[in-house]
Amino acid sequence: MLAFALRRLFVSVPILIVSTFVVFVMVSLSANPLTPLIARNPPPPPRTIELERIRLHLDQPILERYWHWITGVLHGDFGPSVQSTMNIGSEVFGRFGVTLRLIVLAMVVALILAVLIGVISASRQYSKFDYTATFFGFLFLSMPSFWFALVLKQVGISINTTVGDQVFYTIGSSSVVAAGGFWAQFGDVLGHLILPTISLALTSYAAWSRYQRASMLEVLNSDYVRLARAKGLPRWTVTRKHALRNALIPLTTVTALDIGSILGGAVVTETVFQWQGAGAFLLDAIKRSDVYAVEAWLLIAATFIILLNLVADLLYGLLDPRIRYA
Amino acid sequence: MTQNVSDGRGGDPVLVVEDLTVQFPTGEGVVSAVRGVNYQLRRGEVLGIVGESGSGKSVTSLAVMGLLPKTAKVSGSIRFGGKDLLKCNEKELNKVRGKGIAMVFQDPMTSLNPVYTVGDQIAEAITAHHDVRKDVAKKQAIELLDLVRIPNPKQRADEYPHQLSGGMRQRVVIAIAMANNPDVIIADEPTTALDVTVQAQILEALQAAQKETGAAMVLITHDLGVIAGQADRVHVMYAGKVVESGTVDDIFYNPRMPYTLGLLGSLPRLDVKTERLTPITGSPPATQNMPPGCPFSPRCPLSQPICDEEEPELVAGPNGQHAACHFTEQVVGKDPAELFSATSADAAAVPVAVDATATDTETNR
Amino acid sequence: MPDETIPDMPTGSDSRLQVATTPEAGPEREFTVKERSQAQLVFRRFLQHRLAMISLVVFVLIILFAYVGAAIWKYDAGTITEQNSAPPSGDHPFGTDAVGHDTLAQVMRGTQISLQISILVAIFATVVGTVWGAVAGYYRGWLDTVLMRIADLVLTLPLLAVAAVLGHQSGGSWWLIAVVIGGLYWAYVSRVARGVVLSLREKEFVEASKALGASDSRIIFRHLVPNALGAIIVNLTILVSIAILLETALSFLGFGVQPPDTSLGLLVSSAQTAIDTRPWLFYFPGIFIILIALTINFIGDGLRDAFDPQQTKVRA
Repeated sequence: MLAFALRRLFVSVPILIVSTFVVFVMVSLSANPLTPLIARNPPPPPRTIELERIRLHLDQPILERYWHWITGVLHGDFGPSVQSTMNIGSEVFGRFGVTLRLIVLAMVVALILAVLIGVISASRQYSKFDYTATFFGFLFLSMPSFWFALVLKQVGISINTTVGDQVFYTIGSSSVVAAGGFWAQFGDVLGHLILPTISLALTSYAAWSRYQRASMLEVLNSDYVRLARAKGLPRWTVTRKHALRNALIPLTTVTALDIGSILGGAVVTETVFQWQGAGAFLLDAIKRSDVYAVEAWLLIAATFIILLNLVADLLYGLLDPRIRYA
Repeated sequence: MTQNVSDGRGGDPVLVVEDLTVQFPTGEGVVSAVRGVNYQLRRGEVLGIVGESGSGKSVTSLAVMGLLPKTAKVSGSIRFGGKDLLKCNEKELNKVRGKGIAMVFQDPMTSLNPVYTVGDQIAEAITAHHDVRKDVAKKQAIELLDLVRIPNPKQRADEYPHQLSGGMRQRVVIAIAMANNPDVIIADEPTTALDVTVQAQILEALQAAQKETGAAMVLITHDLGVIAGQADRVHVMYAGKVVESGTVDDIFYNPRMPYTLGLLGSLPRLDVKTERLTPITGSPPATQNMPPGCPFSPRCPLSQPICDEEEPELVAGPNGQHAACHFTEQVVGKDPAELFSATSADAAAVPVAVDATATDTETNR
Repeated sequence: MPDETIPDMPTGSDSRLQVATTPEAGPEREFTVKERSQAQLVFRRFLQHRLAMISLVVFVLIILFAYVGAAIWKYDAGTITEQNSAPPSGDHPFGTDAVGHDTLAQVMRGTQISLQISILVAIFATVVGTVWGAVAGYYRGWLDTVLMRIADLVLTLPLLAVAAVLGHQSGGSWWLIAVVIGGLYWAYVSRVARGVVLSLREKEFVEASKALGASDSRIIFRHLVPNALGAIIVNLTILVSIAILLETALSFLGFGVQPPDTSLGLLVSSAQTAIDTRPWLFYFPGIFIILIALTINFIGDGLRDAFDPQQTKVRA
């Protein structure tokens, strides 16, 4: 299994290189990071513009620029930012750290919701619960995440105003002035996570729960579940031990496939709640045509997606004895 | 009770099915899958149930196990161990399932859970009914694997179903059925999904399991060949009803219902010299919104106007044999080819195949 | 042999497949399948899906609202009326914004743009993805490897981020945004299409026609495409709803449709600070996004059931 994992990681490297290259070319060709500088009023001296051009390696051909960048990354240098004071490397990792909290927590909540609702819906097909769950599933499937996040934020603000106290945090990923010991800060961070997590989890769980319901239904109607019932096992044991265990296998694949869209959802959610996370970093970088910053972001995001897909593959193998990593 | 078959073995019946009907409401009308089935099973006896797909034979057995989907409407009674299983709740049924009545399903490729070892799946059947430690159950599971003649049982017990062949898997399913020494084993087409070469071995294993546990057995199949070697008595089902019942000899040598005769005509035989197989033309009726009259009438060479008006009852004949036909006397002593040739336009196209594959030959082709 | 006449007793797709390969299933199928063409059956089953039918009606009404409504409504999306920040009234059923734009007219225009983008995305991604996946699945071998590696490459990119990078340069032109989103979504479609083709090409009827010497193009167009059509159409429908959510999110972030034109996402975006003071600006476009996505999802669900009666039991 270790060999399998290593081989998979090894295969991912060229994919990463090609995809970062494609994005590098796209961003480089589509925008000129010097535009804001040139457009400045009064116009800066040509010497300044030239210096900036050299600092951003714009004097080199695009292939050479990319080569510079990718070799630099291997040494921990993520290239110069349009904002001369920013160190892309240290900045982007900090930002992703903030975002990772939201993504991990939201995914855990969404998965628990999806499995619970999917299993209950399937076991009580066509019951009131099933219909209600299906309705809300479709509703959240059709809900624009930014809109729902804005509504939640508004609800939080209204509650705060009504109560006259800060019940929900609606802005930022933590309080600006961090006070108190570790636990106080931990609580502060957790408090800021509540609304964004609800928002991201609810707009993500629906597709998974529909999927879990369908695969659970299929398993519940399988011959081996019928044989398990014919053994005289209690219904709950059959559901948990025989049905759920098998129905979870396909969910791992689907979850892995959706990681990219969760990341997208996180960007939107962060924007609404004004987090200084990876989302804001990316959006600012795009607006500044900051090629190296965008590249750094995409490299980390793609690596994250590839790693989680690998984890899902390994999990799949653990859950299903038929899979052999040959 | 309309039946009282006096042949076979003596003693009180272990399982009595009376007037069992099963209906499935669907968007396009109510499907009557089983329409009043009666049978009794005595200790140690093997009852064969024969019929085409759609004749209701599998639904009957699933009804006995209480494993029909909730949408099914079941009526009649199924008496086992002093209880009517149709009136039992889930908890009481779970005490019967696997312990009182065990079941062997058709397809061994899908009947075992792919994510657990076969040893665990057998042990689970034991722990479901006996308060024993897991390692004890596991040891018993290995013994059971040995009983159904799986080589290297100790090693095999730790393997997953996908590592076993179809025949081996069916042996595992039989081992599961034997695990709690049930009074009744229902084998639903236990050999249909298997290679012909393996079928005989599985039937042997079933027989051994039945001897070992002393259980009575219901053997459901579409293959008269399987019935001939195994069963004591036979019920022939058609369109959700028993249309003929009797001992194996009576059914094979003295059928009293045209459908049975037709089944025999489509079976290659070594003991009687026949030039051609005689198929029954047509298909069984759709069991939703059935027209009145005998359901076999559209395919029956003896069909008369009365057959489309009145459905014949199952009436007792000689030797406790029962048949449901208005013209049962006209069937007696007839040769299948004689009776069915008139209706079988494509009969000539089916040559007799007297080889191994013949046992698998379709009953209705 | 399970008695297969029991329509309400789902035995699971696996066992069904098994049943279909045993000889007994033949005559019974013959008997129960009535003389209707596949298209008629699908149509009839779709009509019976109540929720999908209601959704279809609502969806058509939304289209009429967006196009016919915009043509006959007294205000244009660009018209600046004297009333600004007016709550809903008879004159302005959806109110007006701070500049004085009529919100109803703007929602109509926004719906047009959002619908156009999402439908174009769905068609673009479906055509490219289906051809891509079908070719990969049908020819397999090295071609499959190359094509699917490229698809994987696109799949490793977080869609929204790349769309934002590209959308930033699109200048807000609606069809360019559609091409950008569609250009990222085909990879998902290609996976689905490849899976369908892979399973279909193992089926007996394909092998039979191969044995008869049918050409590749005949097999692809006579056998694979018609049989995969159900899955493709269902996917296309669902893509429309995914695309509308992505487009609105993109416009919300400022990388999609740009003013002076508008889309539902942009309308929500510019209203986000006004939820409290002028809620009509925020809720009306939002509700239209949900309505469009919801009706399309239900229509897709109905189509899935109609194409695949096996799934009917998996529906709710």
